Amino acid sequence: MGRYIIKRIIGLIPLLLAVSFLIFIFIHLIPGDPARLMAGKDATNDEVEALRTYLGLDKPILEQYFIYMKELFQGDLGHSLRSNAPVTQLFGERFLPSLQLSILSIGWAMLIGILLGVISAVFRGRWPDYFGTITAISGISVPNFWLGLVMIQLFAVQFNIFPAGGIETWKGYVLPSFALGAGIMAMITRFTRSSLVQTLQEDFIRTARSRGLGERAIIFGHALKKSMITVLTIAGLQFGFLLGGSIVVETVFSFPGMGRLLIDSIQFRDYPVVQSLLLIFSLEFILVNLIVDILYGFFNPKIRYN
Amino acid sequence: MSETQITTDQTQFVETKQDSNFKRLLRSFKKNKLALYSLYVIILLLLIVIFGPWITPYDPQEANYDSILEAPSWQHLAGTDEFGKDVLSRLIVGARLSLGVGVSAVLLGAVAGTILGLISGFFGKWVDRVIMRICDILFAFPDLVLAIAMVAILGPGMKNVIIAIAFFSTPSFARIVRGETLEIKERLFIEAERSIGAKKSRIILRHVFPQTISTIIVYITMNIGGAIISAASLSFLGLGASPSSPEWGAMLSASRDYIGHAFHLIFFPGLAVFITVLVLNLFGDGLRDVLDPKTRD
Amino acid sequence: MTGLLEVNNLKTAFISDDKTTQVVRGVSFAVNKGEIVGIVGESGCGKSVTSLSIMRLLKGTSGTIQDGEVRFHDQNLLDLSEQKMRKIRGNSMSMIFQDPMTSLNPVLKIGRQLMQGIMLHLKYPKEKARKYAVSMLESVGIPRAESIMNEYPHQLSGGMNQRVMIAMAMSCNPELLIADEPTTALDVTIQAQILELMKELREKQNTTILMITHDLGVVSEVCDRVIVMYAGRVVEEGKTAEVFENPKHPYTEGLIKSMPKIGQKQSRLYAIPGQVPDPANMPKGCKFAARCPHVMDICTEKEPDLIKDEEGRKHRCWLYQGEYEGGEKVDVKSSTGN
Repeated sequence: MGRYIIKRIIGLIPLLLAVSFLIFIFIHLIPGDPARLMAGKDATNDEVEALRTYLGLDKPILEQYFIYMKELFQGDLGHSLRSNAPVTQLFGERFLPSLQLSILSIGWAMLIGILLGVISAVFRGRWPDYFGTITAISGISVPNFWLGLVMIQLFAVQFNIFPAGGIETWKGYVLPSFALGAGIMAMITRFTRSSLVQTLQEDFIRTARSRGLGERAIIFGHALKKSMITVLTIAGLQFGFLLGGSIVVETVFSFPGMGRLLIDSIQFRDYPVVQSLLLIFSLEFILVNLIVDILYGFFNPKIRYN
Repeated sequence: MSETQITTDQTQFVETKQDSNFKRLLRSFKKNKLALYSLYVIILLLLIVIFGPWITPYDPQEANYDSILEAPSWQHLAGTDEFGKDVLSRLIVGARLSLGVGVSAVLLGAVAGTILGLISGFFGKWVDRVIMRICDILFAFPDLVLAIAMVAILGPGMKNVIIAIAFFSTPSFARIVRGETLEIKERLFIEAERSIGAKKSRIILRHVFPQTISTIIVYITMNIGGAIISAASLSFLGLGASPSSPEWGAMLSASRDYIGHAFHLIFFPGLAVFITVLVLNLFGDGLRDVLDPKTRD
Repeated sequence: MTGLLEVNNLKTAFISDDKTTQVVRGVSFAVNKGEIVGIVGESGCGKSVTSLSIMRLLKGTSGTIQDGEVRFHDQNLLDLSEQKMRKIRGNSMSMIFQDPMTSLNPVLKIGRQLMQGIMLHLKYPKEKARKYAVSMLESVGIPRAESIMNEYPHQLSGGMNQRVMIAMAMSCNPELLIADEPTTALDVTIQAQILELMKELREKQNTTILMITHDLGVVSEVCDRVIVMYAGRVVEEGKTAEVFENPKHPYTEGLIKSMPKIGQKQSRLYAIPGQVPDPANMPKGCKFAARCPHVMDICTEKEPDLIKDEEGRKHRCWLYQGEYEGGEKVDVKSSTGN
């Protein structure tokens, strides 16, 4: 198993290199002159050129990339053009809140999603199923930033139960994680339902019934474990949706996370920060998919690593 | 000679089978009440898109400083905004923008992805490998992150939002069409056609492409909803339509500051997005069940 | 001999949105204690649905038992609550299925699947259940039973999995074992081993076995009595030897004729002409009339009853119901109606 994981990580290296190169090219395609921007409006042409040389922006693009990669491996992500703070320091402040938000969101989404999915599948074609299906399809269709705003109106403005923004207390996480998790919960509900409905029609379920097992033992002891294979894959794919959604939701709730940092940095044309953020986002996404792949094997005994 | 015979026979067989199936499909689609009602709402939305500018109760551009931020009333069913403009009228003209962006972005992505998928699946070998590797790289980015990066490069604006969304939709279409193409290629009659010396482009267009259409249509319908949300999100983030535009996401973005004072400014544009995406998703589900029953629950 | 299982006028149908299709159409038979009885027929004749109806395992399908009785120990199982039925299933009455590869849960270890039933019905604590499960595996001839407890079904061959299925089914000492095509999915040599194992079980534990199969070879190998089903009805019943020696119903005759015989050179295998009638569109008279070499006028008009003759054999055919013997033959094709 350990060897399998190492093999998979090594296999990801070309992809990571390609991704980092693509991001690098992306950033350099952005119109506008970073040296001019950083030097300020009053700087003379000479000053701008000097800064350009200092930043290494006058070198050929491929060389810039190699320098960038070299620094990346030394843990140096460059400096923010806006605040001149090291990018790593900016991330240090923002990473944890974002991670907590993501985990909370996906956590409740999986819990409720699987539960609703199981209920829908068990009561297939009856009212709990319709309820589950309507919840699911609504959750998929609702724009999360609007959901966030509606909840601010409801829970912050009208009832004043939760804050509209900020994370001074745990309460600050409630509304954002709800807005962020709703869509994923919906997806998980749907896939749990359809996968469980399918599994419940398999031969081995009939065998379990012929042994005299009760419905609960059949669903939780026999069917759900098989269905989790599909559900897990979906949850992994949804993580991308979560990362994208976090950008929007963090903006709605003025949440001090990586997503809002991305939007702020784009608006200020803070390229080093944007570049590193894009890299981090794709890295997270790739990593989660890797974890899902590994867990997949854990749930599916037919895939054994050696 | 005998091979030609086989080929034409099978093609005819496939066509007649599709024809006789059409009525059956229509019937089974009608059975899905939710999808059917969704279709009615979609038709209504399309009418609004077409006739929008002529059916607004007020001039959507006309400011009226005597009635700013008015709550919904019989005069203004969805209230007025900070300039006294009628929100309902703005929503009606904005439908064109919001739906237009979503639909055109997905269509653009579908066309690009289908072409790439057909080429990849049909020619195989290194062509396939190159295209699929590029897709893999693009798949390494969450959709919205990729779109935001694109808009950051291209600059804000509706046109660039369309390009950005089309860009992240392309690889998934490519992958799906490639899969279908491989499957179709395996079937006998294309082998037969090739052995009598038909041109590759002709085989792709006449025989492979038509069989992928139903999958593509289903996938397009299923994706338009998401694309509309993505476009609205980008506008909301200030990366799409300009804040003064009646595009629904932009309307939401502009009215964020009025939360607590004029909730209707937030409620109605978002509701419009929600309902539009909801009916598209319901319709897409129904269509998938009918056209692609193997993926059905 | 006492009747352990008695099925009376069982009717089971599949109900979809717009139509009801009866697939078991008034089946009656009895199984005595210690007997091995075979139910034989082509696929679609309703034999599997009959067995599922006895166990009330139609959940998850659109099948519904419409009428009849299933008496087990003089208790009508169709009257029992689902809860009480669960106490019987896997306990005093158990079942093994056609495809051992799909009938075992692929994501659970063999041991866990075996122990579930043991802990449930015999109320054994975990450790005891485990030891007992190992001994069960050994008793059905599984080598290295201890380590197989920790393996998954896909790691075992089909024959081994079927043995596991049998061990599972036998673990609570059932009085009745229903085996639904237990050898169909297996290789010929493995088939023989599994049949041997089942005969052994009967000898050692006096288990009553109801064997559902389409294979007359299996019937002649292990069954004391045979019930022939066609189109959802019993058409013939009798002691295996007698039925093979002197089949009464033309369908049984056809089935026996179509069996490949060892040591006998046949230029080609016999096959009963025509097809099983569509259950949604059953012909009026005898359901076999369209394929019957002895068809008479009456056959397409009226369905014969299942009658018991003086030798104790049962059959459902106009040939033996007296007055219509030697009737005029009608054109087979035109009488099918399709």
